[in-house]
Amino acid sequence: MGTHQTRVGGDPSDIPAAAVSARNISKTYGDVEALKNLTLEFPRGQLTSLLGPSGCGKTTLLKIIAGLLEPSSGEVEVNGIPVTGPGPDRAFVFQDFALLPWASVLRNVAFGLELRGIGRSEREGIAERYIRNVGLAGFEKSFPHELSGGMRQRVGLARALAVDSQVLLMDEPFSAVDEQTRRKFQEDLLGLVAEENKTFLFVTHSIEEAVYVSDQIAILLPRPSRVSEIIRPRGLRDKDVADIRRDPEYLDIVDQIWASLRFYVE
Amino acid sequence: MPMLSINRSLHLKILSGIIVFGAWEIAGQIPVSFGFPTFFESMAALADMVLDGSLLHAYSDTLRPLAIGLLISAFAGIAIGLWIGLSSWFDWLFLPIFIVMQAAPLAALIPLLVMVYGIGLTSKIFVVCIMAMPVIVLNTAGGVRNTPTNLKEMGRSFLGTEKDIILKVIIPSASPIIFSGLRLGASAGFIGAILSELKITPTGVGDIITYSRSIADYPSMYAAIFSIIVLAVVFLNLLERLEKLLFEGNVRGYASD
Amino acid sequence: MKVLGLRLPGMSSLILWGLLWEAVGQSGMSFFLPPLSSVIGTLIEIFGTPAFQKALSETARAFLAGVFFAIAIGIPVGILMGKNRLVDELLLPWVNIFLSAPLTALVPVLMVLFGFGMKSIIITTSLFGIWIIILNARAGVMQINRSLIDMALSFGASPWAAFSKIYFWAALPEILGGVRIGVIRAVKGVIIGQLLISIVGFGALFELYSANFLMSHFWAVLIVLFALAFSISELLAYLERRVSYYAAKR
Repeated sequence: MGTHQTRVGGDPSDIPAAAVSARNISKTYGDVEALKNLTLEFPRGQLTSLLGPSGCGKTTLLKIIAGLLEPSSGEVEVNGIPVTGPGPDRAFVFQDFALLPWASVLRNVAFGLELRGIGRSEREGIAERYIRNVGLAGFEKSFPHELSGGMRQRVGLARALAVDSQVLLMDEPFSAVDEQTRRKFQEDLLGLVAEENKTFLFVTHSIEEAVYVSDQIAILLPRPSRVSEIIRPRGLRDKDVADIRRDPEYLDIVDQIWASLRFYVE
Repeated sequence: MPMLSINRSLHLKILSGIIVFGAWEIAGQIPVSFGFPTFFESMAALADMVLDGSLLHAYSDTLRPLAIGLLISAFAGIAIGLWIGLSSWFDWLFLPIFIVMQAAPLAALIPLLVMVYGIGLTSKIFVVCIMAMPVIVLNTAGGVRNTPTNLKEMGRSFLGTEKDIILKVIIPSASPIIFSGLRLGASAGFIGAILSELKITPTGVGDIITYSRSIADYPSMYAAIFSIIVLAVVFLNLLERLEKLLFEGNVRGYASD
Repeated sequence: MKVLGLRLPGMSSLILWGLLWEAVGQSGMSFFLPPLSSVIGTLIEIFGTPAFQKALSETARAFLAGVFFAIAIGIPVGILMGKNRLVDELLLPWVNIFLSAPLTALVPVLMVLFGFGMKSIIITTSLFGIWIIILNARAGVMQINRSLIDMALSFGASPWAAFSKIYFWAALPEILGGVRIGVIRAVKGVIIGQLLISIVGFGALFELYSANFLMSHFWAVLIVLFALAFSISELLAYLERRVSYYAAKR
């Protein structure tokens, strides 16, 4: 073990500069410490997973980076600029989709642009393009309740892509869709990371999912939450998407993560 | 298959109407009471009142306090409800008042209103308002407060201003509950309007009811009551249509089911 | 609501409103609004009087009888509608109509048919409360999780056992919700009935006080009525929460 991975700083040459950095983040709710003095860097153009058992504060960290929650102490920088609230440099993909039930797919996808004050025809043009990109062409007029869970999350993804932010924050985006759809999503996500020059922050509780999609995996342990380990799979990116799950490196990392997490699972 | 089920439901509605009106007719034929006219007698009286214009005249009197009262209640009620739902300070200050008003038999205030405002239009408008407003306020506040957090966070994370989030997320999200408050409020407003015409001064439809009772013209009395119930039901159905027209997506299963 | 980090209890603003009432009353701005303190003084004074006791007991009798009929008829009808499609389709339009109809208009009919007494008031009270009880019992039965019934049947439950062990309990949260709203409506019904048939209960008392401009007396009775109505509604909400603890988790 350990030959095919590096800790942060072990091999700095192949890690791009950080697009997002979280420094000494603590978050307390009353007496409960959700996050304690957490520091983590997210390399530009790569996908970093936050992985850990439930209650370890991964979503809290993501929402702090999104600017939806304020940290009790510490700071977040995106491209060197401190985060004080939500900004145009970040887009959020929600676990439960957060679609407007009363709005069509087209309006939902265009909603981020609508809130930025972009004119109707322009934003609908952009939205239509992304609806096609995520494979929902023909569903522009449908309402969310007419779509399956997987299709709803495609709408949420298209909405986040449409505002063209450099950083995509994804909060367990595939946890509410069925297994087959999830696998398809994971493959598509790999394509997206390769094509778009964006930085992805990806919260998940699935070890296999994290290893499959990530350039870097940050393992968070609970109570209070801290980064216990950072794993950077090396050889998986060059493999064909269909072969990753059979790769010895993939299997080793999955085993290794389980070995360190099993102790924390009730 | 859907065609068939529409037919079934329509046929059953007609059948159920025939059963009830038939029972009314038979009970009137027996008669079960000297004060119980038959269905056809009542409908004939209704037709008479419609034709000689007296019913139209009566409704022009009845509908004025009702319409004014409902408009005031709708606008003020939704505004206050939004305010309560959005500000915890207003919630603390005003919500208890409306909770008590909603539980309390506010009709008991009528004698007092008459003492203060006399027996004219003002008192009647007041009665409609105190009956209709609390439920509109409470529903609006509840709907606003129960806007799913994830939708509000979504609005914020995509850089919506506070105004954007209220107008484009919170109000549409609360609109089904606001509309159900409006329907309940309108129904209570009708109760208040008729109550004030029966209790304060007999005008409009209340006058027809009171007068025809006093001269034992029971068919006219039943016809007037029948007409006001029909009017209330039709009005509430129109309100429901309006909601469907305004908020197309409200006919929905929630997307997060 | 928090002030200086301290959580203010939910209904505490009513104290503020009470103080405001007292201040406006003391200032003598309006003849119709005597200070709260003198209203409470009057309240204590009239509480023991025979006229008040009589009004209270008459109202309570009419109310309890009305609620009894509304529940005893409403719940079985609602359950029947939930289980039988034909009954449902025949009755539902009428239940919906009477739920939203201005029932005050029916009181004169009741006065003609049943006289100017208790009977009419009891029926008014029942009419106000029954429709929502029916609708909620129906909704409760209709939303029962199909797999719960299948489970009972697969373990060999008899129809009666399925009803008494599954249907009733699974629908109970909705039924109780309906009873609570129905009872609140019945409170309004009993007062409206008494106002229109103003020779019994609080209706008679209101006539007496307003004819003689006894403002403190009037407000004292209002406070008693509102406090009673509010307590009933809160008590029922409390019971509903106690019994329906599982409703949210289905």
